[in-house]
Amino acid sequence: MKFLKYLLIGILFGIVMTKSEAISWYRIQEMFRFQSFHMYGIIGSALAVGVVMVAYLKRKEVKSLDGDIITFTDKNFSIPRYLLGGIVFGLGWALSGACPGPMYTLLGNGFSVFLVVIASAVLGTFTYGLLRDVLPH
Amino acid sequence: MIEFLSQPWAWYVSGPIIALVMFLLLWAGGNFGVSSTLRTMCSMGGAGSKVAFFNFDWKSQIWNIVFVLGAIIGGFIASTLLKNPEPLALSSATVEDLQQIGIGFDGAIAPLSIFSWESFFSIKGFLILVVGGFLVGFGTRWAGGCTSGHAISGLSNLQIPSLIAVIGFFIGGLIMTHLLFPLIF
Repeated sequence: MKFLKYLLIGILFGIVMTKSEAISWYRIQEMFRFQSFHMYGIIGSALAVGVVMVAYLKRKEVKSLDGDIITFTDKNFSIPRYLLGGIVFGLGWALSGACPGPMYTLLGNGFSVFLVVIASAVLGTFTYGLLRDVLPH
Repeated sequence: MIEFLSQPWAWYVSGPIIALVMFLLLWAGGNFGVSSTLRTMCSMGGAGSKVAFFNFDWKSQIWNIVFVLGAIIGGFIASTLLKNPEPLALSSATVEDLQQIGIGFDGAIAPLSIFSWESFFSIKGFLILVVGGFLVGFGTRWAGGCTSGHAISGLSNLQIPSLIAVIGFFIGGLIMTHLLFPLIF
């Protein structure tokens, strides 16, 4: 039962990602070609609400359902890790038109071939794990 | 009501709902970062015995696996019960650009000529599905997060590393779209 809430939040996420068309390969192309405001509007408005929300949660020390204060950890600073990893991610994002959230959502949209994309992404993550010690971080 | 919800949702409705999803996950005791599930699946498959990076308590991440199962169900509901009867309203400039590289716009949410099992057995399809997925999985873990973890969660918490990652996402995406697409297609 403790997982039911996560299932319901996931359902809301899958619905909003589909209805906003953020899972669309075409919309991602439109975004990287700067031919529509749509994707920038989605990310920008999510961020505008998110910044205010996180600041509020921190200031008021809002508690989660379990009664613990919701905490945020700062990320360790590095340039190569985020920039190079980000570029590799971006190459894949534009090619497949899907970041991880949309991959799962598209599976639900009936694109069963996304099983291949997800399996490849798992393999990519596994390969990163293998090479982790030799990559700049 | 169903008819109302079946229309495409405007960006100014969708963005705040995505922020709401982030809040609900924090409130439930989790956090908003989808790509972590890829690492969890490696651990569930036993990768922890070979590679230390995957040797962690994956059972503590089951909630996130349940979340993405929900995303699959949500995708199903939105594409059946709430299906938009109209073709995707893609900008005409994008339709023309894609036409020039040989991808006809079919009005679906993703081009069926690419995202089908027939396509998987062609070189181009294999490249998009397998190489595209691989780069996303490799890059997201190297960068320590994806669009949800960095662009939404990280930037909402004003993290400079997330800003660097998002700049990287765009450099990669622009290189692929403007320099590599003309070579691939």
